[in-house]
Amino acid sequence: MNDSLPTPRTSQQTVYLDHAASTPMYDEAVSVMTEQMTRLGNPSSLHASGRSARRVVEESRERIAQALNARPGEVVFTSGGTEADNLALKGLFWSRRSDDARRTRILSTAVEHHAVLDPLHWLGSSDHGAEVELIPVDEFGRVRIDALGESIERDPGSVALVSVMWANNEVGTVQPIHAVVEMAHAYGIPVHTDAVQAVGQVPVDFAASGVDAMTLTAHKVGGPYGVGALVVRRELELTPLLHGGGQERDIRSGTIDTPAIAGFATAVELSVKHRCEHAARVAGLRDDLIRRVLEVVPDAVVNGDPVSDIEHRLPGNAHLKFPGCEGDSLLMLLDARGIECSTGSACSAGVPQASHVLLAMGCDDESARSSLRFSLGHTSTQGDVDALVEAMAPVVERARAAGIATGFGASSKRAG
Amino acid sequence: MRVLAAMSGGVDSAVAAARAVEFGHDVTGIHLALSRNPKSYRTGARGCCTIEDSNDARRAADVIGIPFYVWDMSDRFHEDVVEDFIAEYAEGRTPNPCLRCNEKIKFAAVLDRAMALGFDAVATGHYAQLVTGDDGLIQMHRAVDMGKDQSYVLGVLTQEQLAHSMFPLGDSRKGDVRIEADRRGLSVANKPDSHDICFISDGDTAGWLRDKLGAGEGDIVDHSTGEVLGSHEGAFGFTIGQRKGLKIGRPAPDGKPRYVLDIEPVSGTVTVGPREELTIDRITGIKPRWCGSVPTEPLHGTVQLRAHGEEHEAVVTVTREGLEIELLDPAQGIAPGQAAVVYDGSRVVGSATITKAVRRAVTIAADG
Repeated sequence: MNDSLPTPRTSQQTVYLDHAASTPMYDEAVSVMTEQMTRLGNPSSLHASGRSARRVVEESRERIAQALNARPGEVVFTSGGTEADNLALKGLFWSRRSDDARRTRILSTAVEHHAVLDPLHWLGSSDHGAEVELIPVDEFGRVRIDALGESIERDPGSVALVSVMWANNEVGTVQPIHAVVEMAHAYGIPVHTDAVQAVGQVPVDFAASGVDAMTLTAHKVGGPYGVGALVVRRELELTPLLHGGGQERDIRSGTIDTPAIAGFATAVELSVKHRCEHAARVAGLRDDLIRRVLEVVPDAVVNGDPVSDIEHRLPGNAHLKFPGCEGDSLLMLLDARGIECSTGSACSAGVPQASHVLLAMGCDDESARSSLRFSLGHTSTQGDVDALVEAMAPVVERARAAGIATGFGASSKRAG
Repeated sequence: MRVLAAMSGGVDSAVAAARAVEFGHDVTGIHLALSRNPKSYRTGARGCCTIEDSNDARRAADVIGIPFYVWDMSDRFHEDVVEDFIAEYAEGRTPNPCLRCNEKIKFAAVLDRAMALGFDAVATGHYAQLVTGDDGLIQMHRAVDMGKDQSYVLGVLTQEQLAHSMFPLGDSRKGDVRIEADRRGLSVANKPDSHDICFISDGDTAGWLRDKLGAGEGDIVDHSTGEVLGSHEGAFGFTIGQRKGLKIGRPAPDGKPRYVLDIEPVSGTVTVGPREELTIDRITGIKPRWCGSVPTEPLHGTVQLRAHGEEHEAVVTVTREGLEIELLDPAQGIAPGQAAVVYDGSRVVGSATITKAVRRAVTIAADG
C-alpha cells in the first residue's frame, strides 16, 4: 500500500489562479529544455561539446537581452530571483561602500518581496553596516516619490543604492520606476529593481528604464524553476556572493545550467513577444473576475490601485478583501473545490502571516488577514473565472461563519 | 463524514488521521501553530510546537494522502493556556495546561472553526474511547492501553464536544500504533513521545515561571510551630508534596523528612511538615464540566487527581458551587488548581478544578 501514491480526492479540473506564485511552463520551453538535457558538455569546457553547450548559453543570453532591450553582456545568470536580488543588494552595497565609506544608506520600500527585504534586514543588522530606510507607500502600494526625494536629499552622498520593485507581487501595483531612476540618478545613485512580476506583463525596457540592475526569474514567465538573471550594467561593479569558477563575469560562480537557461530564454522571448495580446486578454478576464465577484459578494473590497491599466496594475492581478473572513479559511474552502489562490506569504512552519504589503498600505491587521490574491496567467480561461464566481458566495458565507465562531474581528490582537 | 484531523507531527495523531481515512471519512489534516514564534518553543523531537513538528505533520499528511494546512492558534493559545498557566501559578495553584488546551483550543476554538467550515468532527491521537450509550449519549471511557490512557486530560469535554470528537486510537496499544505507523510508511513511527509542557522550551518550569512572575522569595515555615526554618528564592520552585531541595539546615525534631504542605503565593511562604499532613480525603472542586448527564445522587465511583495518577475510590456529591469528593482511600500531595476527574468504572463522568483538599478537619490548602 505504500508503493502507490494516494488517489486525488477530486476528479474536477484544477482552477489555477496563482500564476504570480508560478506560471505553467510553455510547451516550447519544455521541449527546448528537454532536448538540452540529453546534450553533453559543460559550457566552460574547451572541447567541441563544451563549445556547443556554450553556444546555447550565449544564444540564450542574447535572446533574453534582446527581449528586454539590454546588452548580452549585461545578463548574469543566477539560480533565480532570490539570488539575483541578494547579488544586486549585497554586491552593490559592498562595492559602493568600498569605493566610499560614507555610502552606508540603502533606500527601498516597505512593499518589497522578502527576497529584497530580508537581505536588507540582514545588511542593516549590527555587523553589516547598512542603514536601511524603507520609503513609505500610498494606500495603493505605490512608493511616495516625494518621500524618496526627501530621503535622498537629506544626505545624497551617503546613499549606496536605491531598490524599488517594478511591480508588486501581491497587489500588482506598478511602481513609477522612471521617476525613481530620475531622482536617484540626479545624485549618481544606482537603482536596482526587482522585475520578477513585471516581465511579460508590462513593457520592460532595461535600457530605456535607466535602471542599473534588474532581477528576473524564469518560472514567473513560463520557464523552469531554479534559474533567473540579474541584468546589470557593465560599468557597475558588484562584489560577488558566490566564489568559485567565476563563470558569470566573475561575479557569479557555479556551473552554468544549460538546459534551464535555454528554457528560460525561450520563455522570456515568448512572454515578451506575446505580452500585448496576453495582457489585454488576462486583464479582460481579471476585470470580469473582479466585477462578478463583487456582484456575488457585494461587501468585498478591491485592494491596490483602482485604476487597472498596465501603467498602474499588473494585468493578471486581482486582490480582494472579504470582510469577516479569514483568508486562510477562504483558501482552504476554495482549495477543497479545486480552486487555487493565495493569501500572501507563510512562515517556514506554514503559519499564514498578515501581508506586510497590505500593512504598509495602511490596512489594519484584520483586513490584511481577510484578503486573497487571484492571479491569472497565460493558461487562464473564462471557465476559470466562471468557476471562481460560482464558488465564491457559498465559500464566503462559510468562512464568515467560521470567522464569527472563532471571534475573528472581535479582537485586534494578533500574533506578531 | 468530513473530519478534521489535528496533526501534531507525532506518531499518534498521524495514525489517528490514517485510520479516519480508512473508516471512509473525508479527512483534512491541520497542524496547530501554537507559538507566536515557532522557534521559541521546544526544539527537537520532544515537544509539539516546532517547525520540525509542522513538517513531520505535513509529511504524514502526504503519505496518508490528505490535504494539509497550518492553523494559527497562537493568540488563543497564549491567552487561554499560557496566560492562564501563569495566572494560576501566581495564585498559588498548580494548573494542567494540557487539560486547558483541550478545553479551550483543540475541542473549542478548533472544533468551532471546523464545524463552521463544514466539518462534522475533529479527530485527534488521544488515547480514549467513545461509545454511544443506551440513552443515545456519547460516553468517554478509558483507553484500552492504561499506560497511555488520556481520558484524564479529556475530562473537561462536554457532551456537545464529545459528539463531534473522534479518538481512533482508544482501542489500541501504543506499541501497536508504532508498528502500524511503520507499516503505513509514516516516518514518525519511531519519533519519541512528547512530554512536559510544550511552551516551556527547556523543561525548566520553575525557571520559566521565575522569568514571568519574578523571584517570589519567601520563608520556609514549620506547619505546627510557625517557626521560620529557612528561606527560598522563589515559591515557583516548589510543588505540594515535594521533599527534596528544601535546603533546610536543621532536621525536624522528630527526625522525619519534611514535605511542602502549602504555598502562599502573595507572601511567598512555603509551609513544610511531616508526610502524614499531606494526606487528604476531602476535596472541593469548582467549575465542574460534565461529559453527559449530571449525577443527581452521590456517586460511588473513582477519581483521578493528576495525569497518570492512581485512581481513588470516592463518593462524589454535586453541590451548588461544584462538587464535594470524599475519598475512601486517601491521597497525598494534592494541590489546588489540579483537576479531579470523576469516573464511573471506566467511564468519565466529569471533572472539576480542585480548590480545597483537606484531611479530617485540618485545612491543607486555603481557598484560592
